[in-house]
Amino acid sequence: MKRLAVWKFTSCDGCQLSLLDLEDDLLLLTESLEFAYFLEASSAARPGPYDISLVEGSITTPADVERILEVRRQSRFLVVIGACATSGGIQALRNFVDVKEFIACVYARPDYIKTLAKSSPISAYVPVDFELQGCPIDKSQLLEVIASFLLDKKPALSNESVCGECKRRGLVCVWVAEGRPCLGPVTHAGCGALCPGYSRGCYGCFGPKENANVPSLGRKFREHGESPRDIQRLLRTFHAAAPAFSGRPHEPSRS
Amino acid sequence: MNPHDPEQAAEKTSTRVVKVGAMTRVEGEGSLLIQTEGDRVKNVDLHIFEPPRFFEAFLRGRAVHETPDITSRICGICPVAYQMSAVHAIESGLGVVMPDAIRRLRRLLYCGEWIESHVLHIYLLHAPDFLGLPDAISLGKTQRQRLETGLRLKKLGNRIMALLGGREIHPINVKVGGFYKIPPRESFRELSDELFWGIEAAKDTLSWVSGFTFPEFAMDTEYVALQNPGEYPMNEGNIASSRGLRIETRAFEDHFEEYQAPQSTALHARRRGHGSYLTGPIARFLLNFAALPPPVQKLAQESGIPLPCYNPYRSIQIRALEVIYACQEAQRLIQDYEDGQRSSVELQVHAGSGCAATEAPRGLLYHRYEWDGEGSILAARIVPPTSQNQSRMEEDLGTLVAGHLSLPDDELAAHCERFVRNFDPCISCATHFLKLTRERV
Repeated sequence: MKRLAVWKFTSCDGCQLSLLDLEDDLLLLTESLEFAYFLEASSAARPGPYDISLVEGSITTPADVERILEVRRQSRFLVVIGACATSGGIQALRNFVDVKEFIACVYARPDYIKTLAKSSPISAYVPVDFELQGCPIDKSQLLEVIASFLLDKKPALSNESVCGECKRRGLVCVWVAEGRPCLGPVTHAGCGALCPGYSRGCYGCFGPKENANVPSLGRKFREHGESPRDIQRLLRTFHAAAPAFSGRPHEPSRS
Repeated sequence: MNPHDPEQAAEKTSTRVVKVGAMTRVEGEGSLLIQTEGDRVKNVDLHIFEPPRFFEAFLRGRAVHETPDITSRICGICPVAYQMSAVHAIESGLGVVMPDAIRRLRRLLYCGEWIESHVLHIYLLHAPDFLGLPDAISLGKTQRQRLETGLRLKKLGNRIMALLGGREIHPINVKVGGFYKIPPRESFRELSDELFWGIEAAKDTLSWVSGFTFPEFAMDTEYVALQNPGEYPMNEGNIASSRGLRIETRAFEDHFEEYQAPQSTALHARRRGHGSYLTGPIARFLLNFAALPPPVQKLAQESGIPLPCYNPYRSIQIRALEVIYACQEAQRLIQDYEDGQRSSVELQVHAGSGCAATEAPRGLLYHRYEWDGEGSILAARIVPPTSQNQSRMEEDLGTLVAGHLSLPDDELAAHCERFVRNFDPCISCATHFLKLTRERV
């Protein structure tokens, strides 16, 4: 039986919850996968090494940095899941400001806080074997990744854009037909074009697709009258620090 | 005797540090530090090492219409609570009154979250404590059908969220002013059939958990929850307490405050001039029993939930009861729903401020925002249930520890962890819990 570990760094728990949300397949999964370390679900935490580690969350504290190195040492395959782990997540909005001001805004005693200036993806600190994007991840994609691991094959996941999924669903383009800004052309597939199906533009929660031409889309948005501020807000949310959306390369905090 | 020998010195003062390194079967990350001296409990710290994520800071400068998408990311288990408190706060500041159809659909969405979150807690996180098991997977080995019922019931909650919200985690269909799109009535039909099953499964769940053995414990505290005339509170209402407080939500900050306790560094909350208090299922049940439909009241009485109930271990029964209620309420809302309703109302954005509180599965959740004439947020304040409950949990952990000092460390730690799980603390929701480094005794 292969041994699974689930690790949480700075995050909302939503991506590891996707595992428990596999209601129909959860029990089947436990027949071929030992949940050896999964604190959200079990009090029985068994020691490593682990065959596969799922890592949720971004690196935001000095302790996180030490812990991810240990997780890497204990894991044969390390799969990062979700926006926080793959690009720094929404908390990477701190990367664009002086984090001390953020701390002072929220806490009466800022001196108690120990945090890094930047929120960084896992890959900024350790080698990663597979990245699964999404805020949150799609649970059927998660199942594909785990099943592929068990079968020793490469996960069959689309690397197209949300636009591809949208066209295949036969949805009317919300940007062309209704003039709503939509990040579909530059966003990684995986949600099944969820937002256009609900009559709203994609807000990019699956992060940038490979080779996304964001500057070109930005120019089109401006031609259609969107303000630079609104365009920046649209791009800098759940994947604020992803280089394609932020316009800046990753510069992790090193402690 | 050598006073410099640490073991002998420890023996002399009977100092004892019991540490639960990482709390399990809770959402988020926390640990517990108990310090005792002889037969006296010196200190109990529920230590949340969830790193700060600064939502209140980075909400500044965002557009009001972005709030439901952003605040949902505070929590993966109860995103709807964060969306609902946010949209209601902004709508109240813009002076918008929601049409009844939208109000009802929002209540339906919240029912989905109550079912999903409560069932997750009952079956996967909490019940194993009563059965002496480390997790639900072990439960599945001996009582497979029982666990399958739980997973199907949880899925029912998730299906409601997926239909109305687009997906279970971080729904995309919630909008300031209503919804982006309302699914046609037709699409609710299958859900309605499953809800009939769900009501019976939830009743079965209540009778299952009612057979557990509940340790004796009474929390002598102030219980705080919403009250809304004519309904069991979920999305709206005024704030009430078991000690007679009755205020409008907009007066929340006049009566309640958050503070940083010097010995713990985590943000706590208290009622100004009164002290710690408790929110959550027990508080809701205590203050709103009369608002439950009579058949649900009867089920509560038959299942042996005391009236009034002050025992935190029985929260699992009240969650099960609320699942029955939420399934019935969802069924009613679907049956009454008519096609052809507008999905949202137009908003005229002007400078303003607004606040709202809703009942997240684990307790009262308060939001307040201020924004400028262009709808950019100037200030945000989010007070989650776990933050409000933390002082009370720590104080009662002190009582619990004092009664179990003869136990070995690992058993004492297990008792404490179990006690904390009664509250289903949602630690990553606790937007401003702090990391703590302590000197040990």
